This record gives sequence, structure tokens and C-alpha cells, in this order.
Amino acid sequence: MQRLYAVAVNTFRETLRDKILYNLVLFAVLLIGSSVLLGTLTIGEQARIVNDLGLAAINLVAVIIAIFVGIGLVSKEIERRTIYTLLARPITRAQFVLGKYLGLALVILVNIGIMFAMFLATVKLSGHPIHASLFQAVELMLVEALLVMAFALLFSTFSSSILSATLTLGIYVIGHLTSDLKTIAEKNTSGVIKSLTTTLYYAFPNLETLNIKGQSAAGISVDLGFQLIATTYGLLYTGLLLVGACLIFQRRDF
Amino acid sequence: MDAIAVEQVTKVYEPRWPWHRSSTVLSDVSFSVSKGEIFGFLGHNGAGKTTTMKILLGLLRPTSGRIEVLGAPAGDVATHSKLGYLPESPYFYDYLTAEEFLAFYGKLAGMSRDAIHGRIPSLLEQVGLHDARHRQLRKFSKGMLQRIGLAQALIQDPELVVLDEPMSGLDPMGRKEVRDLILTLREQGKTVFFSTHILSDVEMICDRVGILAKGKMLALGTVEELVDGQLAESIEVVCDGVIGTQIEPVRRLAVRTLQSGARCLMVLPGHECLDEILEALRGAGAKLVSIIPHKGSLEELFVLKSHGEG
Repeated sequence: MQRLYAVAVNTFRETLRDKILYNLVLFAVLLIGSSVLLGTLTIGEQARIVNDLGLAAINLVAVIIAIFVGIGLVSKEIERRTIYTLLARPITRAQFVLGKYLGLALVILVNIGIMFAMFLATVKLSGHPIHASLFQAVELMLVEALLVMAFALLFSTFSSSILSATLTLGIYVIGHLTSDLKTIAEKNTSGVIKSLTTTLYYAFPNLETLNIKGQSAAGISVDLGFQLIATTYGLLYTGLLLVGACLIFQRRDF
Repeated sequence: MDAIAVEQVTKVYEPRWPWHRSSTVLSDVSFSVSKGEIFGFLGHNGAGKTTTMKILLGLLRPTSGRIEVLGAPAGDVATHSKLGYLPESPYFYDYLTAEEFLAFYGKLAGMSRDAIHGRIPSLLEQVGLHDARHRQLRKFSKGMLQRIGLAQALIQDPELVVLDEPMSGLDPMGRKEVRDLILTLREQGKTVFFSTHILSDVEMICDRVGILAKGKMLALGTVEELVDGQLAESIEVVCDGVIGTQIEPVRRLAVRTLQSGARCLMVLPGHECLDEILEALRGAGAKLVSIIPHKGSLEELFVLKSHGEG
């Protein structure tokens, strides 16, 4: 456990000392600022626009960190050959992979926390009410970021950074379109297309389940049961991907 | 008991595509390193030294063969707590300071916080980086990185130290310090297994050496055994006051003859023909300047073996 913790803390420290992260936070600050500006220009619905833009900015930053830092978690260690001295220590490969994952998960948690706090301050200062639905939306955003990061990590255990980024982005896009796949399957009469779209629907993660930004921005809360199921779904999927990443990494030669 | 036992290890990289050929990097390599020994691993680039080290550490799996490190199969994670490793041309986390870096590796080695903080100052002192302890590694020179790499390999006071080209990137003073450090490790009862291109270092500090070329172990033993057993001793005779024609009858006995004015240098293949040569020189009225027995060096053996394989 101490070793896993050491890798996680080192990953957290590495990411925090990486200037890219500060740029992303700055990006979020600008987006939240512009949401306030747009809110003042729109007659009525100001609260909704501020909420919409703020949540979207947090979501975007979290996903960008999850993908673009996530793909480098393992591949950077291999490319820079730091992996040699790490695995020459009494640490299992699974401990290494999970430690890297937890380190970045902590970075994302802290970032989302800071951005959300800034966002809430923006909402409060704009004189709008803070709905409980905003907390629900952000919780599911965190789950989505953790899931996307697990994909990035899984791909980076066996492919290059560019390919990992492409694959993870592809999964992210498809993951938000799975409900369309189901609709195509239901409406199509062709057996081949029906079975293909049905397979894809079940094979890819349904990221739309974790997206409640629209209704949250309008101040509409989701049922707590749904929230729990969606969270469990995301975390279970993440767990499976991490097991896959550990198994692949276990078999690799360096 | 052996610290390292390698038996008939072969490593073949299978081709990624059907039209590529497989490549054999190690072929039936066997050797052992006793506990408390300094073992030098010699070979050109691409000879298979780093591959062997990676197999010992479990970073690579052999295609066939058996490897034991400190009594356990290679790659056994628990054994790694008794082992330190410095890779060739190491790159480390350059955003960490020297102290943070060593603390990280100490934690990975399973050391307690107190043990880490007690160990770091003396270790930094030992590798000459005490003044740079708060500096980030990105501001380190190549030689300093090599030293901090050595320090991380020694952080938990390991039983076995595996060093891949530990002298590379160091100036003569730095090389001497690393040599002294390796000798200190032997005095403390540690086993050191290291690869190098610098043969003089091997001659000075190694108990035994192995010469690897194109994935095959070509020679194994102490420096004396290898040099005495596989390279013939030669004798250099220098004399004055002779001209070429006077020594013509005995010229055939020499391996090489150099004539410069009245001075003549003859390289003899051994003691056997020395008396005959000296008699001939005296008969010709030559004045003997020197007789120097010349022992073969590890470098000559290395070149001989490498070329033989090539």
C-alpha cells in the first residue's frame, strides 16, 4: 500500500508541477468569466446560461486532463525509461498502474473541486440561487472523467500516445452517441445493422447516463436512485478497465 | 551461494510482422556471480549486456533458460527489496529535487520515513551531491545525474547492486570515485554486477569478468585467468650497436623486429628462444639495453575475442 501511495503522490506532484495544468485552470476561469458576461447580455434566463457555461467548462477541462494527461501516465514512464528503476523496486506492476491512476484521479478531483468552488462563487456573486442539482451534475462529471481516464490508461499500456489519444477521444464521442445507436437498432429492419448497432451499444460506455448538465443548469435535480446507479455504473466500468490495464501491463516486456 | 545464477539463457525477439526476421539477442548464456563479488560484464554496444540485466530484473522475459537472483527466480518482486539498479543513461523525474527523488525511491523500497531521512544525507555525501540536495534534477549535469542514479540504487543498502555502464558520462575524477564506491560496497559484503566499456576499470576492481559478444558469452573468469590462459606472454628485447644483417639468422625467432639506426627492438613470443637470441646478439657485439616481459592485457583479449566472434 505504501508503494502504491508513493507512486500516486509522485504522479500528483508531477502533474501539479506541469505548467499545462495551470493553463487549463486559467482556461476554466476565462470560460466561467465569459458565462457571467453572456449572462448579463441575455434578457432573462441569466442563471441558466451561467450554470450551463460553467458546468460545460468544468466538464471540458476535466475530460481534457483525463485524456491528455491520462495517455501519458504509463507511456511517458516507458518512453523516458523511468519505468526501469521503478519496476526494479519491490513494487508489482499492478501497484504501479493503480498508483499512476490514483495520482491523476486525485489531480482531477482537486481540479474539479477548485473549478466548482470558483463556479459556485460566480453563481453566488451573480445573485443566482445555488441548486442542489449542480452538485449532482459535478459528481457525475467526476465519474465520467475517471472513466475516460481509465480508457486513456488502458490504451497507453499497449499503444503510442497519439493512438491512445485518438482511441480515447473516439470512445468519448461514441460514448455520448450510444443512445442514437440504440435508436438506429430499434428502427432498422436489416438484421446485420441491427445486431451491429446493438453490439456497439452494449460494448461502448453510455456516457450520456453521466451527463445531466442540461437539467441541472435549469435547477432540476435527478432522482437519487438514478444518481447512485449512474455512479455505480461508471465506477464498475472504470474498475473493469483498470483490471484490463493491469493484465496487459503485466505481460509487457521493457 | 550465488547472488546471480544464469543458466543457458536465450532471448529471441519474435518478428512483429511475418516478413520480418526474428532476432536472437542472447544465445545460451550461462554464468554465475558469487555473493560479495565484483563481476564486470564486458561487451560492445549491442552485445546483449543490457538485455541480460533487464532479464535479471524481470523487465524482460527470457525465451528459454533459468535465472535466479538472490535465490529467487528473476522478477520476484520481494527480492527487489534487496537489490539496487542503475540503468544506462538514466533519465529521472527532473521536477524532483535530489532529496525528494531519493525519498521517493526509499518509499518504493519499503523504507520507513525515519530510515529514509536518516539515510539520505550520508548517501548524498557519499556521491558528492550534498550541496545540490535542494536542486531540481533538471538543473543537474550528466555526471550529477549519474551520481544521483547511483544514490537511488543504494538507497535501501541493497545486498546486490546491478549497474549498467556506471562510469559513462563521468570525468576521470568521477570515475575514480565510482570505482572507490564499488570497492567500498565489496568491503561491506555487497555483490556488484556491472557492465562497462572502460577496460582499465574492470582490470582494477573486478574479481571476475565475463566477455559477451553478439549474445554469446565468450570468456569467463578472473582477469588473470583470462589473460594468462588465453594470451601468450611476450618479451621485448632492446639492444644497441647492431645492424639488420647481423641479426638476420635469429630474426625468424621474433614476432616483430623494429630497427631504428643502430637500435633494434625485437618482440619474442616467449622465454623459449630468449637464450638463443641473446647469444646471437652477444656474438654480433650488440649492447643489451633492456629485456621487458610483456603480459597481455584485458584489452587485447577483448579485441581478440570480439574480432574472433565478428
